[in-house]
Amino acid sequence: MTNKAGRFGIHGGQYIPETLMNAVNELERAYNFYKNDEEFNRELESLFNEYAGRPSRLYYAGRMTEDLGGAKIYLKREDLNHTGAHKINNVLGQALLAKKMGKTRLIAETGAGQHGVATATAAALMGMSCVVFMGEEDTIRQALNVYRMRLLGAEVIPVKTGTGTLKDAVSEAFREWTSRIDDTHYCLGSVMGPHPFPTIVRDFQAVISREIKSQILEREGRLPDAVIACVGGGSNAIGSFWHFINDKDVRLIGCEAAGRGIDTFETAATISTGRLGIFHGMKSYFCQDEFGQIAPVYSISAGLDYPGIGPEHAYLHDTKRAEYVPVTDEEAVLAFEYLAKTEGIIPAIESAHAVSHAMKLAKELGRGKIIVITISGRGDKDCAAIARYRGENINE
Amino acid sequence: MSKIHEAFEHGKAFIAFITCGDPDLETTKRVIRSAVDNGADLIELGIPFSDPTAEGVVIQSANYRALSGGVTTDKIFDMVREIRSDVKIPLVFMTYANVIFSYGTEKFIQTCQEINIDGLIVPDLPFEEKEEFMPACKKFGVDLISMIAPTSDERIAMIAREAEGFIYVVSSLGVTGTRENITTNLEEIVKSIRKSSNIPCAIGFGISTPEQAAKMSKISDGVIVGSAIVKLIAKFGVNSPEYVGQFVHEMKQPICSSKC
Repeated sequence: MTNKAGRFGIHGGQYIPETLMNAVNELERAYNFYKNDEEFNRELESLFNEYAGRPSRLYYAGRMTEDLGGAKIYLKREDLNHTGAHKINNVLGQALLAKKMGKTRLIAETGAGQHGVATATAAALMGMSCVVFMGEEDTIRQALNVYRMRLLGAEVIPVKTGTGTLKDAVSEAFREWTSRIDDTHYCLGSVMGPHPFPTIVRDFQAVISREIKSQILEREGRLPDAVIACVGGGSNAIGSFWHFINDKDVRLIGCEAAGRGIDTFETAATISTGRLGIFHGMKSYFCQDEFGQIAPVYSISAGLDYPGIGPEHAYLHDTKRAEYVPVTDEEAVLAFEYLAKTEGIIPAIESAHAVSHAMKLAKELGRGKIIVITISGRGDKDCAAIARYRGENINE
Repeated sequence: MSKIHEAFEHGKAFIAFITCGDPDLETTKRVIRSAVDNGADLIELGIPFSDPTAEGVVIQSANYRALSGGVTTDKIFDMVREIRSDVKIPLVFMTYANVIFSYGTEKFIQTCQEINIDGLIVPDLPFEEKEEFMPACKKFGVDLISMIAPTSDERIAMIAREAEGFIYVVSSLGVTGTRENITTNLEEIVKSIRKSSNIPCAIGFGISTPEQAAKMSKISDGVIVGSAIVKLIAKFGVNSPEYVGQFVHEMKQPICSSKC
């Protein structure tokens, strides 16, 4: 009698404590109602356009294209959204939904801080209170974003348990939600967790591929040959892929954080090194040891430093509709520097993973082909960390 | 059917929770025996998980201590096999879904049968997902214990109707850990369970004093105590068995008297 709702092939599901079941059921009912509600959609579109600055640009990277001498490269500029990343798309949707449900308080996890900043922003905009859980290690790596969240009126709680990174922040946010459900919505930041989160977050992020599709048709009169995005939990990637899934000639490529390499223990590349498991409410692929203990993962990017991947990506991998490739710290840093120097665009270190793979693929595909890279966020937040990586110490 | 029902046949049950391998498996064996000698009717053996999302800090820390000490699922199976020579009361495992799934669901649950584990408590496996483990549990005669929470409301009947072994009634919102006050109307919850099932109900989460144990056992068939025991183990380490024994003895007294 398994409830098949929220399954992507064998992945997904609702592996959560009984205490939370009515909360996710309530969320699912509310979402199913509002997603078809005209007024809700009008309000959301107005927030997207007037507040977040959508639609985001699809920019032809002419110098990069010329320099690489292969496929034409377009950049989907999610970095130009308000708060500097794609995270705002999902957050505005969920905050509006939470408000309609009568919730007055948002809680969230954050890795790099982008989702935390976006949640704190939406909470400020909608007059809700906000608490963000962030791994202690990440509060140090991303100190500026911690200050930014506080400035926006959110409380930031450093999570000291486990590895003090994103997965521990997710665990702690779940614990908090278990203890306070009535007035609180857990604004999950990626296409992960128990049903209905992977579906809700995907639907709110799908605006990315909807725009890419109409923008590229207008510019080129045809669909791209490949769409490339970075994958941690996978929200910007699923958003970039969604409206192309039925266009079988468009290659969909997700770039995972390989850290110091997939042959080392210091990696976060789930598809390359993980196996099937059940964690954080979902069945999917996870980095884990032989007894199912979740592995401590590593990446230079705090936003991709997660031991799992969203269940729909796991399914797209199983069915081979999408490809997932590992990109190392070193490759990502080179791409970060390359895009800055070549196009005058500093991408988030997360997005730089996608840029790196596109640089290889552009040559491989050759002239006459078209690649779209989603620049999921801007890289200002990463400058200090990249400087450190290069052996320079700068004050933020 | 497992022999979990035996735990509830001598009046109200006292159920003790222990994290296996905290601080080491030798101590765990002695803690189990000490709890049994002092009147525990059933023991919940926690198999540690790296990311125990339903636990408060006390049991989280016990999980980290145990895993840092090198405990594994296989070593815990061996430990249970050994104590089963003299420990006759029902024993259940409490662990997270991935520990079972990753080991191989069939292999894990078949081993439970082999070493006389009577049931499984899986905090991240709600009613909707129980088919994940239920077929193997049925095949090998291991009860899959259901949990009912203060938020379960209209879900109670559905869960209670299919429950096996006993029903774990979660006393409060939030994660495991001791609490000064338990404000949930548990009497109402137990009453509504009774409408759908006669299976024993034991209350857990937050119980740490003989007064709370007395109060909770009056309205249910037993009490589950975890964090209070784990705290003693954290404090006294390898010397904890005698302190746990004494604590179980103190907690068991008021429970015994509430049946009369």
